[in-house]
Amino acid sequence: MKLIDLLNEAIFAISSNKIRSGLTILGIVIGIASVIAMVSIGQGAKSEIVKSIQGLGSNTLTVMPGGTRMGAVFMGRGSAQTLKEEDVEVLKKVEGVVNVVPVVQRTFQIVAPNGKNTRTSIIGASPEIFSVREISIEKGSIFSEGEVRNISKVAVLGKNIANDLFGEENAVGKNIKISGINFKIIGVAAPKGGVMGMVADDLVFVPFTTMQKVLAKSDYLTLILIKGEKKEILPQIQQQASLLLAEKHRVDPKEPDFSIISQEDILSTLNQVTTVFTIFLGAVAGISLLVGGIGIMNMMLTSVTERTREIGLRKAVGAKNREILYQILTESVLLTFLGGVIGIFLGWLISLGVTKFAHIATQVSPFSVFLAFSVCTAIGIFFGWWPAQKAAKLHPIEALRYE
Amino acid sequence: MIQCKNITKIYKNEVETWALKNISFSIEEGEFVAIIGASGSGKSTLMHILGCLDTPTSGQYFLEGKEVSKLSEDELAKIRNKKIGFVFQNFNLLARTTAFRNVEIPLIYANLDKKERGERVKEALTISAFPKDFWFHLSNQLSGGMQQRVAIARALVNNPKLILADEPTGNLDSKTGDVVLNTLIDLNKRGHTLVIVTHELYIARYARRIIALRDGEIVEDAPREKAKSLKLIKE
Repeated sequence: MKLIDLLNEAIFAISSNKIRSGLTILGIVIGIASVIAMVSIGQGAKSEIVKSIQGLGSNTLTVMPGGTRMGAVFMGRGSAQTLKEEDVEVLKKVEGVVNVVPVVQRTFQIVAPNGKNTRTSIIGASPEIFSVREISIEKGSIFSEGEVRNISKVAVLGKNIANDLFGEENAVGKNIKISGINFKIIGVAAPKGGVMGMVADDLVFVPFTTMQKVLAKSDYLTLILIKGEKKEILPQIQQQASLLLAEKHRVDPKEPDFSIISQEDILSTLNQVTTVFTIFLGAVAGISLLVGGIGIMNMMLTSVTERTREIGLRKAVGAKNREILYQILTESVLLTFLGGVIGIFLGWLISLGVTKFAHIATQVSPFSVFLAFSVCTAIGIFFGWWPAQKAAKLHPIEALRYE
Repeated sequence: MIQCKNITKIYKNEVETWALKNISFSIEEGEFVAIIGASGSGKSTLMHILGCLDTPTSGQYFLEGKEVSKLSEDELAKIRNKKIGFVFQNFNLLARTTAFRNVEIPLIYANLDKKERGERVKEALTISAFPKDFWFHLSNQLSGGMQQRVAIARALVNNPKLILADEPTGNLDSKTGDVVLNTLIDLNKRGHTLVIVTHELYIARYARRIIALRDGEIVEDAPREKAKSLKLIKE
């Protein structure tokens, strides 16, 4: 039997009972569409997170106090106050390091002269924070080294904070009170976007000296950012920085009182989370696909029983068992394939709709389309196999006598 | 053409049923044989074995000198496709399918291309005297006599040597039955070996040779003129 005839016969059989075939296909359509839509939401979340992590600045390492490690294993003394300004000087000596930025972060209430107020994270840092974090300035300027040395009470506002406090007005030159102390606004950052809390739009930047002496009244740093020359040497920098810092802190390098995390570390952890998330969504949708597959099997079984005499006749005029098997399998694969095509299109529409109306990022990847097609074919073969076997094994005489 | 040696068929259900008991006979090419007998005489079982739809429990069946009683299912399917044409009592056409497509089915399994198939189908439908106006009508919209002619066209479309007809006029009135019977007799005149299984004696009277079965055994195998089975009933 030729392939073209196989297809022809399958199309003929499917179209001879359009309503039943249509409803069976619908089961697959719903299954595939939900898999595509759910996985696209998962993938969308993933790419959003990757984007926002990359927004933290490229080629950077973050030194955090305490001996915490990825994987939540607690080591060292575990104190959250181990990093000091001297550490910055030590880290600057590491080969390949472009910038080292001390950061002190606290949350304070901010009040504008017009009475509007908000509570947000205040970042005390050196001026290099803007280049390391890749934050550009929309209006005014950043603070200078001199202002850091002089413990000046100046502030650069994130775009959202400026909008919240001053609306359309120009904030530069105005005064705000941070924790009751007057600060002069010298600049407003350009919007950067993103979904994570560390994004510049919701932050206020002040010189770290001012933060230490005036606001936080503490010498300890929240974290230190290290910017390397290029991505390839980050592992070496990480290793050397770790050794130098351990020496400075007089602790065993194997049990440091700080941890150095690269973006890759953060990304890989978050990737694990989003992958689990995507798998979970996909699995839930996969269940509906399974139900659709059982629908296919049910239809094929009914169809084989209904067509027992036809199968007997086909065998009597020369169809081999194998040819009957292929015919039934072609029908079920064709059904799932049709369902798959419509389902992919529908899933794509759903993910567009989710992005447009629910403002959740989605991404239909070619991989998930490919996966959907292979799953469809596999379902067609898997759920068609038993009915096809049943048909192929029918004895021609018994089949011809079937009432 | 056909040679049966000591064919026995036993059905094993709750009880053992001996459908055929040690039957031996042969049929030459171009013959027209009627196998007659009451229901339960084993004639349908014999028909199925001759048509390679079933295999005997013991004994040998040679078709054109080749022993087919021990062939695999696939090889039997090939023989059914190429060498044997079936005509059934209840036509066994595919419903909701055109007459043309019904005749085409055996050719699909013979791996012929569409063009050649079309030519062969037209030829077969013409030989079976099926009116051209109805070629593309659905089979379930045709009368019984027309349906049987489609079935005859399907049986001869692969130009088989042997045509087996199982009560071909059983579901037809006597007038239409005669037309169908004459079509089959024409096929015999064209050189196809024709074996008709029937319990209607008037059909048997057209045959040149009668094989009568009773309880799975041959009780008579004779030319029509000498067949006592026919005369007995006639008198």
